[in-house]
Amino acid sequence: MSDIWIDAGAADDIDAEDVMRFDHAGKTYALYRTDDDRYFATDGLCTHEQIHLADGLVMGTIIECPKHNGRFDFTTGGAKGAPVCVNLATFPLKIEGGRLKLRVA
Amino acid sequence: MSAATPRRDYSLVGPAAKSAQDHGLASAQWYACPVPRKQLKELMRRKDGPALRDTAIWALGLAVSGALAYRFWGSWVCVPFFALYGVLYGSASDSRWHECGHGTAFKTRWMNDVVYHVACFMIMREPTVWRWSHTRHHTDTIIVGRDPEIITPRPPDIVSLLLNIFNLKNAYAFFSKLWLHASGRLNAEEETFIPQMERDRVYLVARIYVALFALVAIACLVSRSILPAMFVGLPTLYGGWLAVYFGATQHLGLAEDVLDHRLNSRTILMNPFFRFMYWNMNYHVEHHMFPMVPYHALPALHEAVKADCPAPYPSTLAAYREILPALARQLRDPTHFVQRELPPASRSVPVGATAVV
Repeated sequence: MSDIWIDAGAADDIDAEDVMRFDHAGKTYALYRTDDDRYFATDGLCTHEQIHLADGLVMGTIIECPKHNGRFDFTTGGAKGAPVCVNLATFPLKIEGGRLKLRVA
Repeated sequence: MSAATPRRDYSLVGPAAKSAQDHGLASAQWYACPVPRKQLKELMRRKDGPALRDTAIWALGLAVSGALAYRFWGSWVCVPFFALYGVLYGSASDSRWHECGHGTAFKTRWMNDVVYHVACFMIMREPTVWRWSHTRHHTDTIIVGRDPEIITPRPPDIVSLLLNIFNLKNAYAFFSKLWLHASGRLNAEEETFIPQMERDRVYLVARIYVALFALVAIACLVSRSILPAMFVGLPTLYGGWLAVYFGATQHLGLAEDVLDHRLNSRTILMNPFFRFMYWNMNYHVEHHMFPMVPYHALPALHEAVKADCPAPYPSTLAAYREILPALARQLRDPTHFVQRELPPASRSVPVGATAVV
């Protein structure tokens, strides 16, 4: 993994307990903010049917795919049962000066 | 049927499956009406309250009608009570299966799972098989060669449709597949949508179902009465007609191979009793477009998107006034379908509407 951190927008662009889509270099990511202001990043597409997770619903630390109810723990990328069987890739995300900084592979 | 019009292949393992992939219709991007993110989040928000209330009413209805049917067994007085029990068992279970399968009816996961499994047994749908079948139905809605839940092909199979008013063909297919699964096998179509890691669960549940139905049969033999089966098993047949009445309106007669649910699904305005029995699945365009919106929020979603959708049908009868002539015409002309009219300013994704007929 590189040491280059990409600017992904303002931290406040994501509402509490919500998710935002971020595209960079031909890849799509999902950036999350929990209701206690922790930030996480995963691959942007569901591992089941390539649906954008940023259109889904965040409940606690779970992101639910908007198409088929596939659920992942976005803090670990762990798949939480059918129809998702494959974990999500996760990426480091930090806040610097109110900006989201994403480290991508 | 015109001699020049070849009969389409609806199997998931035939040429139509490859054609759908080649035409970009498999796992494709579908049209979605614009709904602001904040509003959609609110609509997707889960609650336990509405489904707890509706499940309690449903269970109470089953208990009371069942008790009265039992009380009056042996006289004609039992008939209306069995009729009500049967509809609650064999028809209302359809929407409960469906909504809980989406994981949206309740906020609490285990509540969805419990009602899902109970309703699956009532409606004779193996839970793991149908979870994956319905997943595919939502990925590739009415895409020929991909969707395992197309009710009837074109030209329509009228005999099967009539037999299924009382679930006769469905029940035959259910028990045939149940036996196959209990013996540790899937058919070729099921292998296309049930992943390997889920298959042992299919076989296990099939064996449990066989045991449960065997218990009912033994109870009938021991008691020398059909009464046990009148409460478990047969209600799916004698009470399934209302689910068919609702379910046939969802997509029948509309376009195949389009990537826009407004063109292949119907939204119908229904009375409160129907909406209770059907758990608001009459808002079917909205459900397919945003499947993670719980049933209790579908009327609000309908309000949010209706300006971008075809006009809803004012009643179920109005929908049938369109469906029945369309099916009759499809007997002669399998290329015929009902073309839904989109609002003038609406943006559509008509891919496939004419590419594959």
